Amino acid sequence: MIEVRKLVKTFGRKPVLRGLDFSVPEGDFVAVVGPNGAGKTTLLRILASLARPTLGEVRLAGRRLPAEAGAVRRILGVVSHQPLLYGDLTAEENLRFYGRLYGVSELEARVERALETVGLRPRRRDLVRTFSRGMQQRLSIGRAILHEPLVMLLDEPHTGLDPEAAAMLDRLLGQVAGEGRTVVMTSHDLQRAASLANRVDVLAGGVMAASVRKGELDPAELPALYRSVTGA
Amino acid sequence: MDPMPRALKTLNWLTAALFVAALYMVFIYAPREAVMGDVQRVFYFHVSAGWVGAVAFLVTAISGAVFLARRNPKWDRLAVASVEIGMVFAFINIVSGAIWARPVWNTWWTWDPRLVTATIMELIYLAYLMLRQGIEDPDRRARFGSVYGIVAFISVPITFLSIRFFRTIHPVVIGSGDPTAEGAFDMTPRMLQAFMFSLLTFTLIYATLLWHRVRLARITEHVEERRMQLTSA
Amino acid sequence: MPEALATVARGDRPVAGYLRAIAAIVRKDLAAELRSRELLGGMLVFSLLLILIFNFALELDARTRQTVTAGVLWSTFAFAGTLGLNRSMALEVDRGCLDGLLLAPVDRSALFFGKALGNLVFMLLVAAIILPTYSALYNVNLFLPGLMGVVLLGSIGYVVVGTLLSSMAVQARTRDILLPLLLFPVVLPVIIAAVRATSGLLQAAPPEEIRGWINLLIAYDVIFTAVAFMTFDYIVEE
Repeated sequence: MIEVRKLVKTFGRKPVLRGLDFSVPEGDFVAVVGPNGAGKTTLLRILASLARPTLGEVRLAGRRLPAEAGAVRRILGVVSHQPLLYGDLTAEENLRFYGRLYGVSELEARVERALETVGLRPRRRDLVRTFSRGMQQRLSIGRAILHEPLVMLLDEPHTGLDPEAAAMLDRLLGQVAGEGRTVVMTSHDLQRAASLANRVDVLAGGVMAASVRKGELDPAELPALYRSVTGA
Repeated sequence: MDPMPRALKTLNWLTAALFVAALYMVFIYAPREAVMGDVQRVFYFHVSAGWVGAVAFLVTAISGAVFLARRNPKWDRLAVASVEIGMVFAFINIVSGAIWARPVWNTWWTWDPRLVTATIMELIYLAYLMLRQGIEDPDRRARFGSVYGIVAFISVPITFLSIRFFRTIHPVVIGSGDPTAEGAFDMTPRMLQAFMFSLLTFTLIYATLLWHRVRLARITEHVEERRMQLTSA
Repeated sequence: MPEALATVARGDRPVAGYLRAIAAIVRKDLAAELRSRELLGGMLVFSLLLILIFNFALELDARTRQTVTAGVLWSTFAFAGTLGLNRSMALEVDRGCLDGLLLAPVDRSALFFGKALGNLVFMLLVAAIILPTYSALYNVNLFLPGLMGVVLLGSIGYVVVGTLLSSMAVQARTRDILLPLLLFPVVLPVIIAAVRATSGLLQAAPPEEIRGWINLLIAYDVIFTAVAFMTFDYIVEE
């Protein structure tokens, strides 16, 4: 589903990604972990077609980025650590807006379903400005799944959430991923990543330094592996 | 580091020589103008400077467009270099305009369309540099600079036309009756020669300075790269 | 795989999708503004204050009023306009919503036209309130059909360039001071033409003269809409 080969990304003269290889088969849930500034967000933005690679090849569902970005965006759902929601609109107005923007058919039905899935139906007519961070993240996921994307990209979605909200998010993620979607999630929380995903990749030094499938390694050993690979 | 190419060294000498020759042409070879006197000689440099200011702006706009198409930073360096030099020449244009206007029309400023447009161009240059200064990311800075360079350049002829149309309806009392002329006077053949020569000289000065400035930018880039390599190694 | 890419999009032609995106953005901006009223409120109050200042700065007695009205009105629109432009773009950029727009499977220019159209509506709304107010305050009849046309044409030119430049200015550190600096030199022909056309209409100038200015406005609007269409991509694509 996702194929990345020798991806290089420089900002001005600063190289962030140095020839990264990354591959995600269809239906897989991969967590990308790494130290701050390692390039996790950069990688995600490139996959989301929001940034261009400096060098290298990126393919999603067989389509090349950035050349065929238009087609790719249709099947992408992106959740950033910013909610991408308009505070002065209600929850359902936000969803309706994105639905219209994406040209989604049966808009009302889908908005209902999205609100239901993220558990925000009772708050549908409330201004997003009044939502807690946890609720905004949930609505953000609702926004991301509205057009039934095949691929979901999440950039540190648990940022700023209290444990209860984070647990709710985990349940939601499990549900959403369980519907056969391909999911890539960046995180700096090693344990959470290991429990949610069925593969954990470590991004360090601008490349994928390690990749561990669920079951391959005892979760207790993960921090040690992480430290050895990132030189922390 | 990067030794100055032979061609540039030659250009330096050529330009210097031409400038001396131009001074001769303007101050000695060209005759004294009947009505305005010696102060009219400012005209040669005034118009040449204005011409270079406009050419520099055109270079910036085209350079910006090429950068957007090719994404090679050298085009962006050229655009910035051209703006910096063009700004100076546009300033010379404005100031020499004032020097000329004072004795002839007893005023520091004539609302002549060309002069006003030159001033607006100068302000656009300044805005261009301020825009770049406010952006951190080098790639974004180059892209934004290119877009603004193109947009602003396109607006300049339209601005000139609107001011001119304005002036034909509301002629300002200062200056000659024809609002499109800038202190009209007939040019004798010698004057024309002096004029063309100073035009050529100023264009060459611009080209020389541009080359130097682009080299400077490139060398600065090299130094930055080396520094990054050394501090990260 | 290929059939999955069609997913849930309506099976209509790209043009309908394009127009729908523009409509969605305009609707969103209007809905949000209806709730907060910050943008319109700010622009209106600022405009009224400007007219007040002009009242004392210029001699707006009965005679000079005729000649100066056009200038006062368009200066007011030009300054108040920057408030609206900045605010409209800031809303997108500050909360990262611009990414949300960029992720949509529509051509970038649709995003531009959506924002520009929204800005135009706001500007016309402000004009719709300022013109009658000025009319009442100074007993000048501003309800001439030609004048509405000039306001529309002038606003279009201003908003097209303003939206383009504000999308850049809002991403700079010096965003508030930068927009007027970038905008005013470029939008000067619009101001000149709009003032002259308005003034001409108010003072019953010869029609060829007014038509000349209107042609200039139309030319400017067409040229810069095309320029904006071609360059907006480069501003938002990283």
